[in-house]
Formats: sequence, C-alpha cells, structure tokens
Amino acid sequence: MSGNTTTDNGLLRFTTAGSVDDGKSTLIGRLLFDSKSIFEDQLEAINDASKQKGLEGVDLSLLTDGLRAEREQGITIDVAYRYFATPKRKFIIADTPGHIQYTRNMVTGASTADLAVILIDARHGLIEQTHRHSFIASLLGLRHLVVCVNKMDLVNYEEEKYRDIVNQYKSFSSRLDITDITFIPMSALHGDNVVNRSENMTWYGGSTLLHYLENVHVGADRNLQDCRFPVQYVIRPQTDEHRDFRGYAGRIASGIFKPGDEVVALPSEIKSTIKDIYLGEKKLEKAFPPLSVTMTLTNDIDLSRGDMLVRENNQPEKTHVLDARICWLGDKPLNTSSRFILRHLTHEVQAKITDVLYRIDINTLHRDEATKTVEVNDIARISIKTASPVLIDSYRKNRITGAFILVDPSTHSTVAAGVVG
Amino acid sequence: MKNKMEESYNLDHLTELEAESIFVLREVAAQFDRPAILFSGGKDSIVVTHLASKAFAPAKIPMPLVHIDTGHNFPETLAFRDNLVSDLGAHLIVGSVQETISQGKVQEETGHNASRNKLQTTTLIDTIEENKFDACIGGARRDEEKARAKERFFSHRDDFSQWDPKNQRPELWNLFNGMHAPGEHFRVFPLNNWTELDVWNYILREKIALPSLYFSHQRECIKRDGQILSNSNFLQLKENETPEMMQVRFRTLGDLTITGAFESDADNLEKIIDEVAATRITERGGRIDDKRSSSAMEDRKKDGYF
Repeated sequence: MSGNTTTDNGLLRFTTAGSVDDGKSTLIGRLLFDSKSIFEDQLEAINDASKQKGLEGVDLSLLTDGLRAEREQGITIDVAYRYFATPKRKFIIADTPGHIQYTRNMVTGASTADLAVILIDARHGLIEQTHRHSFIASLLGLRHLVVCVNKMDLVNYEEEKYRDIVNQYKSFSSRLDITDITFIPMSALHGDNVVNRSENMTWYGGSTLLHYLENVHVGADRNLQDCRFPVQYVIRPQTDEHRDFRGYAGRIASGIFKPGDEVVALPSEIKSTIKDIYLGEKKLEKAFPPLSVTMTLTNDIDLSRGDMLVRENNQPEKTHVLDARICWLGDKPLNTSSRFILRHLTHEVQAKITDVLYRIDINTLHRDEATKTVEVNDIARISIKTASPVLIDSYRKNRITGAFILVDPSTHSTVAAGVVG
Repeated sequence: MKNKMEESYNLDHLTELEAESIFVLREVAAQFDRPAILFSGGKDSIVVTHLASKAFAPAKIPMPLVHIDTGHNFPETLAFRDNLVSDLGAHLIVGSVQETISQGKVQEETGHNASRNKLQTTTLIDTIEENKFDACIGGARRDEEKARAKERFFSHRDDFSQWDPKNQRPELWNLFNGMHAPGEHFRVFPLNNWTELDVWNYILREKIALPSLYFSHQRECIKRDGQILSNSNFLQLKENETPEMMQVRFRTLGDLTITGAFESDADNLEKIIDEVAATRITERGGRIDDKRSSSAMEDRKKDGYF
C-alpha cells in the first residue's frame, strides 16, 4: 500500500454478506492480505488463536470477530467495518454476519453501501441466502452487485458450472431493481480472480474482483438533479467581526447548489437567493453531495434545523401520510397502537403506523397480505401518519431524502428502518 | 466511459471523509444540550478539533475541550494543548487523575509497569458527571483495534457510563439516534471511518500543527520488553536498565509510562506518511495497555474508557 500516492477514485463502500461456510471470511482475508492491509501483529495474534483452537490453517474470521462473546461462541454478532486501500482507491467493507440477526445487520450494512458483494458456492448454486442478500441490496437501493461464484476449485474450474449459475441468477434477478450486475468465477481460497487473474480459468475474460472494485464508477449514482439542502444547524457567531453572519449548515442531500441560485425554503415556501457557500472559511463555487457546507442567503428569512432549501420548480413531496417499506429492528413485535418518533434527515416528528399492508417473504419475495404481525428481521409495507408534514422523495429517486428510522420514545431504541415508496 | 462533467463532481476520499465527520459534529451540536470534545493532545483529537473549527466557522467551536490529565503527560503535549486552546478561543476543562487519586477514589498501580491508564476512566466518568455532559466526542477510529470495528458513530452509554457491545442501537444511513434518558450519555466518533494513513494524509493536506513528539528527535530512552520508552521521573528503572540517547519519534501519544517510541528519521509529514504506509505493525502495537489481553480494549471500553 503506497499510501501517499493514491490516484483517487474516491471512496467505495461495499457490503459483504454470507455465512461461515461460503468463504466470505476467506475472501475478505484475501483482499486485506493481498492489498497488504493486515498487519504483522494482527496476523501473529490470529495465528496464535488459530493454533490454540487446534486449527490447521489461519482462521481469518478471527480477524473480523472483535468482541469477546463472538470469539467465545464462534459467531459474528454485529456488522464489522473493515478498511483497506490500494493506490487507486480507499475501501470500506461493511461485513455482515450470515446467521444471527441477518436481516437487521444486512440492512444496516447496506444502508451506507454503494455496492454489494454476493457469494455463491459453485457446488450449491443459488440458495435461500442468495435471494435474501440480493433482495436486501435491491431494497436498500444499491446500484451495483458483484456476484462471486466461489469455490470454483471444487468444481474443477468448469465453465459450464459457472454459466449455469450465472443463468440461474439472471432469471432470478430480473425481479430485482438492480441493473448493474457483474459475475466473477473465483476461488478465494487459492486466490483465483480475487486480486490476481486465474490461470485455471482462462475461459473467463472479465475483471478480477479487486480490479472491478477499484474501477467501478459510483459517482453517477449520486442524485445531482434534485436540489435538496436539509438545514442541520444554524451558525450565528455573534462576534464583532461577524455581527450579522447567519449561516445555514448542512450536508447536500442531492443536486448542485451555486451562489446566486434562487431557492425556496420549505416548509415556509419563502423565496431567497444563495449568497455564499462555505466549507470552513473557504468559499466554494458550487456544492454537491455529499459535501457538508454552510450557506448564507441574501435576505434574512426564518429557517432552522429540519427545514430544507430546494429549487422552486423541483420540490419534494410535503405530506403527513406516506407508504413505506420497513425492516423491523426492534426485539418486540410492531404494535400498531404505539406512537413512534420518525427521524428523517435532520427532522424529528411524531408518527403512528396506520396499516400493515403486507409482509414480504425475503426468501421467496412473495407478499403475505394475511399476516399483520411484524417481528424482528421482518420486511413489511406499511402506511404511516405523521403529526406534522415531512418533506420526502421516493427512496428509488433519492437515497437520502427517502430514508427514515422509527424510534420508540419509551426505550429510545431504533426499532425500524424505512424507505419511502 | 466517464466524461469531464461527471469527473468534476467526484470527491477524493479525504474530502468525503471530512464531509462525513463535519456532519457528525454538527449533529452532536444540534442533538445534545451539553456536548464536549475529549482532547488528549494526540493527533486524532487534534484532527477532530480541526474538523470542529471547520464545521462551525466562522463561529467558535460551540463546546468545551475536555482533557483528562493523568499527571504523566509529555510536557510537549500540555504546551501544545494550551497553545491550541488559546488560538481557537476554546473553553478547556481539565479532569485530574492526580486529584482522583488524592481523593482516595482509586489506588495507584505500583511496580515497574505501573500506569495510570486504567485510573483515568474514573476521572473521565467523574468529569462527565460533574459537568453533566450528554455527548463526548472522541478521536477513536474503527481501524485501531478489533473491539472498535463494531463501534457506532453515536455510541450509547448507560447511567454508569458502560458500553454494552452486544446490545448496540442499529445505525442506518446517516440518521443518528441520540435520544437518551437523564444521566445517560453518548460517546461520538466522527473519525470512525478514517484509517491511520487517512489521518496523516489529512494533516498534511490541511497543514495541521502537531506536537513535536510525532517527529523524529533525540531523546533519552530505555529499552524494555522489546519496547522503547522515554526516560522520565515517572518511570521506575530496573537494575539492568541504562538510559541512552536515541533518534526516535512517537506514533501515538499516551502517557509517558506506556507509550512506546520507535527509532525513526522521519522528521517531516511526508517522511512520516511514507513510514506509516510501509509499516507492518498496527498503531496500537506499541501500547502496553492493549497488550494486557486480547479483550483489554473491550473490557476498558465497557467500563467507560475512551
């Protein structure tokens, strides 16, 4: 890793999911290893631990299982974040466990990811878990999927076996909302097509996994059309030097903002014009996602946290009733008579769930309209009513303004993740 | 493939990390009544402070800096801290481990490897309670240590400042849930997604000043258990140990008694970055406090450590 010479393709956040036996830990270990992101003392520690457990090789999952309970029980409880970099790009892996609380963890990992890596064991082909992972990636709006057909060494690197799985997957994925799907035959154990090209599969002409991850273009996934600036915090220095300064701080959710742009403040619908855009003390010519900036306006208007600056001819929906798909995260089942706090952008509002329309079986993608109970790890479509209007877009159009969480006001815990539409 | 228009809307990874951290810092200022920045004088907390000054410019940072002074600090760290605080016009609150010891709340460790590292947890919790802080921002990163790989941006602490790693709130998108009951607080980690190398590259890019200890210098040291420690009044020398002058620098800054130096000629940021990029030992590999057991960090974190 020659760190100071990163020719920057920026940051790529991706999620991996899988169970112990499909080679996920081996794959991550391989990526970290071959990009030299595992350190000697870490390697020494897991070497010792592997020996202590009487294992022959090095158990790379020991590297990712950070908590004592995880090491003791040999399971992964929670999403673990892993970092590695190559001269081309920095990567953040949200590594989610396959079994325990899989849906809750996968949804969490996918919420901030650009891309999902799905592993299929070449011997077994598509299994329930493959469907589950793919569906969640699609639900959470990931635009890119890499399907790694792993353990090719165990099927003699046969092209036909690989083709069969690719075709199976394609017929399944036509029901998903993901258009960019890449297939790679590999053996993570032996390193075929992970970082280095496979000599055993000369019939494969595509990229290795690392080459693909280094070069996949995710910048275009950002919404640059619909201008949305949720006000996060109002900066008023009240010093002699900046007596009248009133800056609206926030992170651009979508669209491109420039000084001189005419904007409308929501929900007040008062018009104004952007005077300056700052990052720290520096003035910017334009601001776009995901920059955190401070804007000043040409006139003083009433604008505070939870409000939004948009363009007059392109506005989000302002509503107090919405339909959404949620993943239930709470330990107790959803109680439709409860009140919740809906947190959306920088805004909090009281909400209640007025209807459970259907539950989605994430293994078969079937809609179950008969069952109205929603328990932990369930995905359901619901109707929500809020005490005051929220400013939303459909999640498909906007992954930032279309996402929300529900908080239980009695326990303060986050009980649901929701996507609008 | 990519056209010029698109290209100009791509951000390099440091700018993207900066944007995320600034968002987190502003979210703390907005969601909490009495937030604070835990300032150790190390490079990570210096970067957090720099990000905070960018997040709230041209206003001053709207929260105090809190330093838990073990009494075993490098004098350079303290001088640096005082300069920075006066430059920023920030408010500094110091919690003293010496006072906690004098009050009889904790017992000083004895022996050659005695350290005040564990004791500072009590002082930290006392300082949080006295000042009624409801959010404490720290410079910890997920890449530092395996127990931290599962840390949240907003990490909940109960009324006893304890962390329950098995029962953390799920954290989705950038929707941070800071709701809490009276007496509970949050630890917040804006640098979660940064690596050591990111921090150094950012320091170079932003020209952030650092304590001189990070740069190669001559220092009187002793070698102990494969580590190089700075000789000081706080260190009990063993019989066979004789201090010698060495050309060293520090990779992290903790207490004088536990922070290992290493031999290095890196006397500027570019050289340090080359060195960090090439090095094959983790940053905390030089910290005796982490070596006590494989769960040393998790156990200290559960009790309320940084």
